Amino acid sequence: MADHSNAPAPSTETLVDIYRRMIRIERNDDTIRTAIRRGKLVMPYYSARGQEVIPSAISTLLTDDDTICTIYRGIHDMVAKGMPLRPLWAEIAGRVDGTCKGKGGPMHLTHPETGVMVTTGIVGSSMPIANGLAWAAQLDGSKRVSIAYFGDGASNIGAFHESLNLASLWKLPVVFVCQNNGFAEHTRYENGTSVDFIAKRAAGYGMPGYTVDGNDPWAMYAAAHEAITRAREGAGPTLLECKTFRFLGHVLGDDDKYMTKEEKDAAVAVDPLPRFRARLIADGHATEDQLTAMQAKIQAEVDDAMAFGLASEFPSVEELRRDVFEQEIAA
Amino acid sequence: MSETVKQHAFQAINSALHQAMADDPKVLVFGEDIADREGGGVTGATIGLSTKFGDQRVKSTPISEQAIIGAAIGAALAGYKPVAEIMLMNFTTVCMDMIFNHAAKLRFMSGGQSTVPITIRTLTGAGWQTAGQHADHLEGWFAHAAGIKVVAPSNPADYGGLLLSCIQDPDPCIIIESAGTLFIPGDVDTVQTPIPLGVANVVQEGTDVTIVSWSSMVVRSQMAVAALAEKGISAELVDLRTVSPWDREAVLASVAKTGRCAVVHEALRSFGPGAEIAATISEELFGKLKAPVRRLGAPECPVPFAKVLEDAFLVSVDQIVAAVEDVAAQG
Repeated sequence: MADHSNAPAPSTETLVDIYRRMIRIERNDDTIRTAIRRGKLVMPYYSARGQEVIPSAISTLLTDDDTICTIYRGIHDMVAKGMPLRPLWAEIAGRVDGTCKGKGGPMHLTHPETGVMVTTGIVGSSMPIANGLAWAAQLDGSKRVSIAYFGDGASNIGAFHESLNLASLWKLPVVFVCQNNGFAEHTRYENGTSVDFIAKRAAGYGMPGYTVDGNDPWAMYAAAHEAITRAREGAGPTLLECKTFRFLGHVLGDDDKYMTKEEKDAAVAVDPLPRFRARLIADGHATEDQLTAMQAKIQAEVDDAMAFGLASEFPSVEELRRDVFEQEIAA
Repeated sequence: MSETVKQHAFQAINSALHQAMADDPKVLVFGEDIADREGGGVTGATIGLSTKFGDQRVKSTPISEQAIIGAAIGAALAGYKPVAEIMLMNFTTVCMDMIFNHAAKLRFMSGGQSTVPITIRTLTGAGWQTAGQHADHLEGWFAHAAGIKVVAPSNPADYGGLLLSCIQDPDPCIIIESAGTLFIPGDVDTVQTPIPLGVANVVQEGTDVTIVSWSSMVVRSQMAVAALAEKGISAELVDLRTVSPWDREAVLASVAKTGRCAVVHEALRSFGPGAEIAATISEELFGKLKAPVRRLGAPECPVPFAKVLEDAFLVSVDQIVAAVEDVAAQG
């Protein structure tokens, strides 16, 4: 694991902020799964439970002007970035008050106001577009940073390699964030990826690459701080490989036969959420009561978002012919 | 003051790009070998742009088609108007994900929030013995993807004017530059005017039969019209100019007048755009047709190398004449 000891230690405020984002992700995820099981939502769901630390630590270093491109297992990235939950819920329910009027759904959420520019269902395709957003930031002379989130499987498609080469060549302010959860759909990491660490591939493109414990908020914050600072200062891209584990398989309902019970149990036993909570309390950053109150408040917000989303109307069928082009087209 | 000069297509494209970049600082031009350092593009269409507008707005790229279109999409999402060159149309197949799944769909999937005003310039066409992987006319592929406009000019003035419209259009456009049209000079204004997309041009008025064509086959159809006139057949030639959306009104008006139609394109006849046009005419004008709509296109095989085969692959003037004569004799 990389040493980023030059990065400043996160303040109490930042640590609590990371935890708040993690709880928002976890409460939202839990509530979505419950809603699906109760038949209130019908959608394919790729839970990111277990991966909360990565976007939460990164997002404390970003503003709404900074952009992210993420993937179908990216709801944690969006929530961490600050996407409001009411339109998020309306969108995953396919309703007209959704971020995309119900036309994108759970794999294609977009919310430019909070910098969520693209959510894609095609493995590896967040990276080429994140480059373009970074190029625009460079052309604007702004300090905006573009984040490309993707999984370990995505590092094996051509777009990964093309994107890292171009970003390095053009010194783009982009951070490539690989959330390595050990499985590409059902394929175990070592059966699909030729190197033991994806971060090693950065060397082939002339950029720094770090393998980080993606379940450790301090390590994630330090690595993200270095990469984002480097991008803002015009020094170019960084590849962060963030090691993590997805607790709920590839897609909800997956029977997990491709992993052993032992490895899953071991990962869940070191669930980053309760671990971080205990550390925050033990180190005096927050009290038990404060964190419990925070959780209750967030659950209320999620419940409100669910009620809002499920009460929203379905889009009218006229929407089929809208937004294909700017001008509505004839039938 | 605008004057009229004789130019061939790439000169018209070049001056249109100069004009667009001078008019709007958000216009970017990039692609493989397109900067002056690399020779200003394989056809010279981008000569002078990097020298005049600088190497930030005009960039040569690595051979990375996914990265090129991805960067165009990202920059477009951030407010730029990128003109990306994919050197040859067959190479669009390696970035089809970016074009089809992203550029063409982001407006719709985002419920109208995202706009992707990119222009893709690409060259193709048989007749140069480049064989199977450098000469396909794939307009039917793109026309089948909702959300992208497909433009296929046939003469220098149209190349410039349609390109200006593509650049200004709020949605993604692909403009096909076809080998069969490249070196035929035409009158071009020194200050070019945008030509609206989706509007056909009646090249030649006639009364007996309508020929609908675009791109390289307009050139051959013009020769056929002249030959048919000598045989006493008055053919009306409609240059579609935009394959999608296509000018249904102009085509239907012409066929309603003549009662007969032949569609001529360079793309394969089977499953080609001619089938869509013929089917539409049949649906709309069934009772008024004096003969079935005839389709002419390439045979169902890859573009061949041997000159004798390549000549047989392309629809010839004689074939157009014979087909139109046959159609004109009916009813």
